[in-house]
Amino acid sequence: MELFLQQVVSGISTGAIYACMALSVVMIYQAIHHLNFAQGEMAMFSTYIAWQMMAWGFAWWIAFPVTIIVSFMGGFAIERVVFKPIQNAPVLSHIVVFIALFSIFNSLAGFIWDFTIKSVASPFGEGPFMGSTLLGKHQAGMIAVTILMLVMLWAFFQFTRVGLAMRAAAVNPESARLVGIRVETMTALGWGMASAIGAVAGILIAPVVFLEPNMMLSILLYGFAGAVLGGLTSPLGAVIGGFLVGIVENLAGTYLGGIGAELKLSIALALIIIVLVVKPEGLFGRKIVQRV
Amino acid sequence: MSAILKVENLEASYGELRVLRGINFEVERGGVTTLLGANGAGKSTTLRALCGMIQRSGKIMFDDRDVSRMPTEDIVRIGVAHIPEGRGTFSTLTTEENLHLGAMARPNKKDEIESDIRKCFEFFPRLQERRNQQAGTLSGGEQQMLAIARALMLRPKLMLLDEPSFGLAPLVTRQIFDILADLNKETGTSMLVVEQNASLALELADHAYLIETGSIVMSGEADAIREDESVRASYLGY
Repeated sequence: MELFLQQVVSGISTGAIYACMALSVVMIYQAIHHLNFAQGEMAMFSTYIAWQMMAWGFAWWIAFPVTIIVSFMGGFAIERVVFKPIQNAPVLSHIVVFIALFSIFNSLAGFIWDFTIKSVASPFGEGPFMGSTLLGKHQAGMIAVTILMLVMLWAFFQFTRVGLAMRAAAVNPESARLVGIRVETMTALGWGMASAIGAVAGILIAPVVFLEPNMMLSILLYGFAGAVLGGLTSPLGAVIGGFLVGIVENLAGTYLGGIGAELKLSIALALIIIVLVVKPEGLFGRKIVQRV
Repeated sequence: MSAILKVENLEASYGELRVLRGINFEVERGGVTTLLGANGAGKSTTLRALCGMIQRSGKIMFDDRDVSRMPTEDIVRIGVAHIPEGRGTFSTLTTEENLHLGAMARPNKKDEIESDIRKCFEFFPRLQERRNQQAGTLSGGEQQMLAIARALMLRPKLMLLDEPSFGLAPLVTRQIFDILADLNKETGTSMLVVEQNASLALELADHAYLIETGSIVMSGEADAIREDESVRASYLGY
């Protein structure tokens, strides 16, 4: 029992990473109904921006908000420059562009900052959280930030006019235009927000996994798994899904013989497949009901 | 009476296929005009062209402004509410959120918007019962009421209605048309109604145009059109 609890708590603490990433995956899915394969690389690039600012001597609390704002504008600009011209193109064209963005950001980061590992300090400090041997201060901070972001997003979509307009544009773009919503702007806003959330995720993840151009590769897959498990239409689901993936991964690694560090990633992929087969809308996703 | 909408030589096509071949018509301020015609005659296309939802050419004057090159969102902003075919419900959002969306093109004055929503609920008590329900789960008639209420939230000068009878039982259709007649009397909102049910549409309208394969073949006062022998035989069935 002791071991079980330990593994659950440590699963939650890695799950926080996935939850962050899953949240940004869901954000973009809401806006464009595709999974953005470059999401992880964009987040990695944002993290480098933060790292660079701190290397120049700026404090964490300056680098953090500036990076978020820059990432927001970057995401907005990517939609405007790259995706708006191909908005009516088939899905495959989008996927090709996602992959292109993936390798562009990856190479660009390597080119500018080289491929050596860099360490990023945690804003929450080192050491155990309130004397716990299972949860570090940084992990506790990460969980808190993830939940805070979730609440802020929920409030934004539930109580603001722009939030309502963004939801409407996602549900029924043609109708949205007919009530005067600028749908393209909403899509670009979605990109900006997803990119900003990705930046937060990257900056929080970097102290755990170390910063290098490939750091997001597997994390994005876990993020996808979390998002699919929780339901691609539900930000809350994505966060819970992210935590669940972390827990399942840890428990499987401990209790199932033969699954070592090498096979851990397959668990995430297996989860994606199981969810898509058994419950495609995810644990918390909404089934769309339409009466005619 | 002056015209709130004046359309000259409107053409529209889907790709290579030309659907409208230069049509002319008007909607009077405060009046109800109907476009009649068979399936595929170009009625819905006309409404879509007016709102810039498809490629169009020709001259469209709304409220003495040339809107023939204006994007959809801006046409809505100057007071044209279009209720599309199939009602355009935001199906996963609640009834009340759908109404809020109707006011999206208006200045963000919370009090005014809330009071307009209360008025909509007074007019459509059924919607009030369903205010927190997912709009996609409403019945067809309720969704049509919601679509009309959503359009009213804009405080429009002109409403474009595409097949208000779409998929509704005869009794419900009758109810919807009575509502439209009341609205026109009470608020003086001008309406352009596209409808396959010619007899209902002619009761509501004061002017009518008949479209066949993308051209207007007849126009006049609704009463006169109703009495016309050929219209009777082809569209009214008596």
